Amino acid sequence: MTHFSAFSLLKQALNGHKGWREQWPDSQPKAEYDVVIVGAGGHGLGAAYYLAKEHGITNVAVIDKGWLGGGNTGRNTTIIRSNYLYDESAKLYDHALDLWDNLSQELNYNVMYSKRGVLMLAHNVHDVQSFQRHVNSNRLNGVDNRWLTKEECKAFCPPLNISPDARYPVMGGALQMRAGTARHDAVAWGYARAAAARGVDIIQNCAVNAIRRGPDGAVIGVDTAKGFIRAKKVAVSAAGNTSVVMDSAGLRMPLESFPLQALVSEPVKPIFPCVVMSNTVHAYISQSDKGELVIGSGTDQYTSYSQRGGLPLIEHTVAAICEVFPIFTRMRMLRKWGGIVDVTPDRSAILGKTPVKGLYVNCGWGTGGFKATPGAAHLLAHTVARDEPHPLNAPFTLERFTTGRLIDEAAAAAVAH
Amino acid sequence: MLLIHCPYCEDTLPELEFTYAGEAHIARPADPSALSDDEWRDFLFIRTNARGPHYERWRHIGCGRFFNALRDTVSDRFLTTYKAGEARRPLTNEAAE
Amino acid sequence: MSRYRISGKGRVDHSAPVSFTFDGKTYRGLRGDTVASALLANGVHLMGRSFKYHRPRGAVSAGSEEPNALIGTSRGKGQFEPNTRATVQELRDGLVTESQNKWPHLSFDIGAVNDRAYMLFSAGFYYKTFMWPKSFWDKIYEPVIRGAAGLGKSPTEVDPDRYASRYLHTDVLVIGAGAAGIAAALSAAQSGADVTLVDENAEMGGSLLSDPAVQIDGKPAWDWVEAQLARLRAAGVRLMTRTTAIGYYHQNMVGLCQRLTDHLDNPPANAPRERMWRVRAEQVVLAQGALEKPLVFDGNDRPGVMLAGAAQTYLHKYGVKVGDTPAVVTSHDSAYFAAFDLADSGARVAAIIDTRDAVRPDLLEGARKRGIQVLSGHTVTTTKGRLRVKSVRANPVRGTHVGAGRDIACDCLLMSGGWTPSLHLFSHTKGSLGWDAGSNTFLPDRKTEACEIAGAGRGLWGYEAVLADGAAAGLRALEGLNRAGHSAAFTVANDRPGTGVTHTELPTDGNPGKAKAFIDFQNDVTAKDIRLAVREGMRSIEHVKRYTTNGMATDQGKMSNINGLMIAADALGKQPPQVGLTTFRPPYTPTSFGAFCGYLRGDTFQLTRKTPIDPWAEANGAVFEPVAQWRRAWYFPKAGEDMHAAVLRECKATRASLGIFDASTLGKIEVAGPDAVEFMNRMYTNPWTKLQPGRCRYGLLLGEDGFIRDDGVIGRLSPDLFHVTTTTGGAARVLTMMEDYLQTEWPDLDVWLTSTTEQWATVALNGPNALKMLKPLVEGVDWDDFPHMSCAECTVAGLPARLFRLSFTGEVGFEVNVPARHGLTLWTALMEAGKPYDICPYGTETMHVLRAEKGYIIVGQDTDGTVTPQDAGLDWAIGKAKKDFVGKRSLSRPDIVAKGRKQLVGLLTEDGSLLQEGAQIVLDPNQPKPMKMVGHVTSSYQSTMGHPIAMAVIEGGFDKMGETVFIPMPDGVRKARITSTVFYDPDNARLKA
Repeated sequence: MTHFSAFSLLKQALNGHKGWREQWPDSQPKAEYDVVIVGAGGHGLGAAYYLAKEHGITNVAVIDKGWLGGGNTGRNTTIIRSNYLYDESAKLYDHALDLWDNLSQELNYNVMYSKRGVLMLAHNVHDVQSFQRHVNSNRLNGVDNRWLTKEECKAFCPPLNISPDARYPVMGGALQMRAGTARHDAVAWGYARAAAARGVDIIQNCAVNAIRRGPDGAVIGVDTAKGFIRAKKVAVSAAGNTSVVMDSAGLRMPLESFPLQALVSEPVKPIFPCVVMSNTVHAYISQSDKGELVIGSGTDQYTSYSQRGGLPLIEHTVAAICEVFPIFTRMRMLRKWGGIVDVTPDRSAILGKTPVKGLYVNCGWGTGGFKATPGAAHLLAHTVARDEPHPLNAPFTLERFTTGRLIDEAAAAAVAH
Repeated sequence: MLLIHCPYCEDTLPELEFTYAGEAHIARPADPSALSDDEWRDFLFIRTNARGPHYERWRHIGCGRFFNALRDTVSDRFLTTYKAGEARRPLTNEAAE
Repeated sequence: MSRYRISGKGRVDHSAPVSFTFDGKTYRGLRGDTVASALLANGVHLMGRSFKYHRPRGAVSAGSEEPNALIGTSRGKGQFEPNTRATVQELRDGLVTESQNKWPHLSFDIGAVNDRAYMLFSAGFYYKTFMWPKSFWDKIYEPVIRGAAGLGKSPTEVDPDRYASRYLHTDVLVIGAGAAGIAAALSAAQSGADVTLVDENAEMGGSLLSDPAVQIDGKPAWDWVEAQLARLRAAGVRLMTRTTAIGYYHQNMVGLCQRLTDHLDNPPANAPRERMWRVRAEQVVLAQGALEKPLVFDGNDRPGVMLAGAAQTYLHKYGVKVGDTPAVVTSHDSAYFAAFDLADSGARVAAIIDTRDAVRPDLLEGARKRGIQVLSGHTVTTTKGRLRVKSVRANPVRGTHVGAGRDIACDCLLMSGGWTPSLHLFSHTKGSLGWDAGSNTFLPDRKTEACEIAGAGRGLWGYEAVLADGAAAGLRALEGLNRAGHSAAFTVANDRPGTGVTHTELPTDGNPGKAKAFIDFQNDVTAKDIRLAVREGMRSIEHVKRYTTNGMATDQGKMSNINGLMIAADALGKQPPQVGLTTFRPPYTPTSFGAFCGYLRGDTFQLTRKTPIDPWAEANGAVFEPVAQWRRAWYFPKAGEDMHAAVLRECKATRASLGIFDASTLGKIEVAGPDAVEFMNRMYTNPWTKLQPGRCRYGLLLGEDGFIRDDGVIGRLSPDLFHVTTTTGGAARVLTMMEDYLQTEWPDLDVWLTSTTEQWATVALNGPNALKMLKPLVEGVDWDDFPHMSCAECTVAGLPARLFRLSFTGEVGFEVNVPARHGLTLWTALMEAGKPYDICPYGTETMHVLRAEKGYIIVGQDTDGTVTPQDAGLDWAIGKAKKDFVGKRSLSRPDIVAKGRKQLVGLLTEDGSLLQEGAQIVLDPNQPKPMKMVGHVTSSYQSTMGHPIAMAVIEGGFDKMGETVFIPMPDGVRKARITSTVFYDPDNARLKA
């Protein structure tokens, strides 16, 4: 692997950039692997990297039906934060945040993790109660998060409208300064390059048609577009397509896949210094390194794999943004797109073992998958390598839907009164 | 924005007049107390999440009625809609096209 | 007269000068100009700077695909917008424009130092550096990168303009009013179908407006267009100009953005600036035409280098000669016509450089006649000129050998790399594309929607072919409507058919590593960037795009996608379709946020629900709070009172004598029918069978998962009629849930459900004098049989009413429901009747305090969707004898019956301080972080009892009564004692009084 640095860049620049090598090879499948990971997004590629690096398991293949990083990794609004309410969630996401902090150096790939701060706006008394609860809980968990008055919100994010006459006036906000954004593609590419350098095979454009189980019920491999690949262990990390893949192993999942839309504006000079989320009006916004305003919305109401969404939801999202930031009505939308997010009944992920021996699953991240990437990858690798969950992902089992021990981040934000 | 046929109103109307109501043909057990924890979980949470033709429920806000639909989740195209309580429509070749 | 304007030529009004400014300098153009055509008429090619290298740039196109000539435009305060395409913005009097992404000014830009160091800024360079030292990223590298990025400046003021939106249903929507679109609309309109024809430009006619010599059915092109538009108008076809089809959505829904005022000198007051049309069409005809591709060679981006078709448009549509001595470089026949037309208009064409060895004889003859030298079998290896192209170097090519070049002086360079169909809208439908190896282009293939594609949009060339195809497409659309029509034929004279070849970057004799041969002009992506990306392992076109940013500029790849693909495919040694095309995303061209907002702004962003009593509250100085979609009176401050003082006064007045509260927002549902009681038994946890008519009961509703969803007092007015109340935010949810069970699980039950939230105004009276005050106003109630938790239909103050005796305060209480239209009358009557008792209006905050003192929960505040009835201390509300109700089975799940669940308790602080709602509770305040938290404060208020009270959920709280817990706050640790949640009148003595 060619080391990336200002020096190597300069050296190559003088040489017409002729010396750069491919960042990962285009691998063809071998007959057998110790571990096959289904899904070459940030989570799957990262898991392969940590399997190789931390557990010495290098006979690993990451298989994807399309190009690597082409699912939700390359389609999200790149927000990274860990100020979740429940201890289980806050600890999991904070673990990811710790890894984000050093990820560029770890991978020798600049993922442009930008600690711009994520500000979550409170628009009514219930929001205030809820975010104060977040702030207090996060503080005692050692997770960065603090309360800002509406004037402090305005000072932190000048385009914000804090007029009391707004339809949903701002009453304050919770700010996690350590949170921010990163360059999504770079995360997938950085993990792919680093994993490949440790011997992992990345097999693109190769759909996994089924997970095959042996006579004793344990996993024996996967049927793919390029034939059967034997595997001692299989980890499914396929986001919106998880239900379909798991179904082939005879496991039905508590998941539904919904379209999630996002959009960017034309690029402009720096105007928006942070990330702002408003759950009440259902919108979030930041500005990319390129200068585009990056805006996300809620999910469409129906399940879908079409990666397409409707116009009404986008109209509502843009209107919500312009309600909170009225200076943006003359900005123009450059493009919008859709992803497929897999959602669990309690809006928290499933990351762990399954009833099938040798089969592991990482799914249900809903709209929170990107921010979890290094954490989920790290914990999935641990779980696969040791055949038992790490304490941080131990609560995120499939069994919780039987026992009732849900981690209900959505319900915690329930509308009151 | 989808166009949806309400089998009660016998009219095809825009999606804004409807709300999605989850997978269809998951009947509430007659005697929940007789179910094991696993069986109850299956009823509560396990969903087909089909990629392709999907049996699902919608509610027409206008008439207030819940009804069933068979919709392809890849194209988002409705293959058919039918009244609540009617038997699951077969996946005919025509419908699956 | 501007230097480059040809007198009398074009569709501009030569008698109507329009003045505007660009970077502070005043210019004169003509009515009908765009900013770009007016600047070109004045000899100004330099209009902008590129994104990365800050290279000087001019307009390369004459349409909405423009990547270079982006300017800031403004009309006045709050009416500035960045990144406007000068090639689209129509001139209006007093228009102020400015160039972008430059400092200190356009002709001398410090940022252009990047261009000198271009070798460092190769594709993806930022992934490889800026990592050391780590701390520099946030503080130095990133701010510098961000400052250099972006194009124009964001607006900074609130926009005074309005935006609008409308629905439209039409039989046939034709998108694009060029030759194909007009022909399609003519076909479609002949049988009385409702037809809509839209075009993004100010005028209809498409490329015919740039080809006036063409004759159709014996008429000159412009006359023909005018006649056909008149025919269409007469046939009732809706013609919409300045209207861009931005996106093609499910089931033939197309979004159109219509620009209404940006071209007007003085827009009418209150006219919307733009209007979004949501069109539902039975049939769609896509007649969007084709886009010309640039050629890729070193220096193909200098101001003065532009598409040949654009030069032709500037000449014919605007009467502007883009230069005196143009040179042409082409791989397609079409560029010859631009050269000929310019020569015929007095330009001296320096040369036509054709990459092809063989050129059509008639074209050679045309060039010879005009004295233009044609260099066939040549390539262009570079251009010169800093702020404007000065010369082009042409070299002969023999096989793979590039011969010695010669510099040809020119003041503009017209290029054509051939044409590619505009596939954007078709791609929005997820229709598939097929690769046509013959023309080296993608064409529409399998359709997913009821649409037809016509003309150049599916690869046809030449007006005769395009017109016939448009007419046929219109006819097919008619057939799709089950209507019949006649086919049409057109005869075309002076047609200009042509063919061409497709290239990767042009061959060069120089060092290809040094060539700046641009593909994506705006983002400064060069051919070598694409090749570098492939060398680094980017094999999918999506990877190439994302790594190089090719196609991600504001033209969304309209100019760059195919050139990028051809070069990537070449580098990979694959056929283009194997490498694939990136997906086109809506909108077709950048579209104002305001147009998406439409009416959803300010007061009309979302409706505000107000109760019938709201006007009284407003007139009497209430402070309001938003609750769900409602606005509710929060408290009623008197002069000099803050919220705390007002609330304490309201609380005390109610406890001492009488308080009045507007409870109209409470959800109300009527459950009626012979099986109403059975339905209630199944829905709610409580038993209802034995509840007598005329009595009320607190009802608790769970989700099927066993967690509390809603609550409210429910009255049985008669054996088959229940008056159900819900929380304010839960009304719609609860009704939907009830309807769901009734319709789909228990259709056998004979029950009707009706939302009556807005039918009733509800006024709560609470306090020791409530009964005394109310009694004289009521008729039809037997007071001897009307204890706490009773209800009756009666009259109150002469108004028909449903009267409930219940309490959410711990005092004697009533809720009077009257038809909403009488709400204000009732309120006024009660205020009047209450005067002797010093009746005190109170708001939601006092309601919260009073209920908390009694330990009454608020669903959504004291519960959060993970709380069971047992957790909330409400197991008394569960009908133990009932075999089933919604959620019952979940209450026996392992974790729900486990020890250590969080349970709702009261808290009293040791130091008498007020706890923060949301504060977290621990058993050991001295433990290190992360701390083990056992619960949190759900409600906390200053009370009427002289000390604050709080409610909290705490693990195993019921078994910890009297124990001390700790609340670590930033300013110190609070100690609190766990108590019952009932702080006030635990024996309910006051209720029974």
